[in-house]
Amino acid sequence: MMQQLLIYPLLLQLFLSIVLMFAWGKVNLQRIISIVGSIVGLVFSGMLLYQVLTQGTQTMQAGNWAAPFGITFVADAFAATLVLLTSLAGLAVSCYSSASIIPARIRFGYFSIFHFLVLGLIGAFLTGDIFNLYVWFEIIIISSFVLITLGGEKAQIEGAVKYFTLNFLASIIFLTAIAVLYGLTGSLNMADLAVLVPKLENKTLVDVAAILFLIGFGIKSAVFPLYFWLPASYHTPPSAVQAIFGGLLTKVGVYALIRIFSLVFLGDSFLQETLIVIAVLTLFSGGIGALVQKNLRKVFSYLIICHIGFMIVGLAMFTEVALAGAVFYLIHDIVIKTNLFMISGLIYRIKGTVQLDKLGGLYDKYPKLSLLMLIPLLSLVGIPPLSGFWPKISLFLAAYDTQNYLVVGMVVFASLLTLIVVAKLWAEAFWKKDAELPERSHFLYFDKLWISRRIQFIAPIVLLTLVSLYIGFGAEHIQQLSTRIADELINHKQYIDAVMTNRN
Amino acid sequence: MKTIILRTASNYLLPILLLFSIFILLRGHYLPGGGFVGGLIASIAFVLHAFANGLKDTKKLLKIHPGFLMPLGLAIAFLSGLLPVLGFGEPFMTGLWLEYPIPVIGAIGTALFFDIGVYIVVQGVVLTIIITISESA
Repeated sequence: MMQQLLIYPLLLQLFLSIVLMFAWGKVNLQRIISIVGSIVGLVFSGMLLYQVLTQGTQTMQAGNWAAPFGITFVADAFAATLVLLTSLAGLAVSCYSSASIIPARIRFGYFSIFHFLVLGLIGAFLTGDIFNLYVWFEIIIISSFVLITLGGEKAQIEGAVKYFTLNFLASIIFLTAIAVLYGLTGSLNMADLAVLVPKLENKTLVDVAAILFLIGFGIKSAVFPLYFWLPASYHTPPSAVQAIFGGLLTKVGVYALIRIFSLVFLGDSFLQETLIVIAVLTLFSGGIGALVQKNLRKVFSYLIICHIGFMIVGLAMFTEVALAGAVFYLIHDIVIKTNLFMISGLIYRIKGTVQLDKLGGLYDKYPKLSLLMLIPLLSLVGIPPLSGFWPKISLFLAAYDTQNYLVVGMVVFASLLTLIVVAKLWAEAFWKKDAELPERSHFLYFDKLWISRRIQFIAPIVLLTLVSLYIGFGAEHIQQLSTRIADELINHKQYIDAVMTNRN
Repeated sequence: MKTIILRTASNYLLPILLLFSIFILLRGHYLPGGGFVGGLIASIAFVLHAFANGLKDTKKLLKIHPGFLMPLGLAIAFLSGLLPVLGFGEPFMTGLWLEYPIPVIGAIGTALFFDIGVYIVVQGVVLTIIITISESA
């Protein structure tokens, strides 16, 4: 049974959403099931990562159909790490949701859909089949569409339409790319594709497929010319939903980009240059966008875009150091972004608004909470020794090695922009004198909540802050892990062997 | 649309359509058909009944809220995939078959239960959608 450990986090999420559907109307029961289930999921994922690190890449052939024909699930160090992070963010958001999501939304199946979303994310990380990846993306889109519209406020519907249209377009392009690739090679298994694609004669068509994949995943991961759906939609749903979206949805796109361009499409200098240009422009436009926004949630949305650039830069340079930097940044970013959106939700709960010009006096009133929120903000900027600092070293080193001085400049510039944004945010929301806001009637302010609810608000923030402190101070471990992942990504022969030798 | 012709016809059509849907479900293993189409046909039977007799009667006929069918079907499909993992140490979704076919019914395997799960889920989803729309209209 332990050989199939890699499928357990996946099955658990499916099991949870089914059980939660049975408990349709019972709000408190749903909260408990979701939190307890997420803890179990975290344990499974931790065991999986341990197993992968000690015993090497794990595979499972679904339905016992051998490798290039059936769907293979593969857990290498990269996938297992991301599954662990997904479970961690899932646990935090599940706890946070139980405090912040109103009972009416829970009664309409919030938790069940939430676990479907986590299921889709874990599936996308674990699958070794490119068409199956598409299916997991569909599961992610459908459940995120339900989450974004649940509640049916006007702003939500407006955001959802933009979100759905562009993501659906991305799926169609992705599907077209799969069709082209399948027409060329006759295979959908990623390990098999990695063997077949370099042997193809028709390089032009391979390039076309690669560009289609780039556009499809590019929309999903919100890179430079394709990111407009993100700031238009991410600020509309409740903050718990924003947290899981901001932390993980774009990162799945990044994961898929890294996986495809390190395994299937390799050594194309045109593609590499395109990626560098895209990444640099993403860093620039995201940072500038964050600078001019007045809404806290929109600031964070633009920061997501900006920081996607760091990961794409790492992928574009494609040296071991650069990839290690990108992976480290990915690990850091999932934790931080989830945390930031939960913080924005907490601020909203305290003050009743997220407009920067109306906020103020938080430090005066809640000094301890403010200090707690300061840690993720500083980690985001990358003040040494906090977590955002270490991956940037790797990116600098790689950029000097490959003589991409533009990248060096832009990484510095984007970090600077982030610093300015965070400083501005801190000054506006925390240090500025408290503007007397009119008390909103029917609004449940934070200091009127029960103590148990307040703990549920703060505990996940503390948890993720501790994790990001660990990533900062225990950077050696994360760096080792990232280097190992980067090594596995560059020498992908072991991935292919792990999938293909498993033929029965 | 409460015409007597449609009402009388729907009383006969309901069991026939349901039987036909089960036939399609079972036929689906080697031939066109399967859980999804079968589930659609079964829900059409109920929708037709609702057209002729009104939604209230159909809900009375259904006894349970169709929303409940969704997790039920999912659970059946999920368990049929899980059985090889927990019971036999085979990969998830491996098809397990009884050694000897049962007379009349034929060979039974986990694939059948997966399809039955799909059949129930599709019914649950379609009926929930139709009922919600026609109640809010």
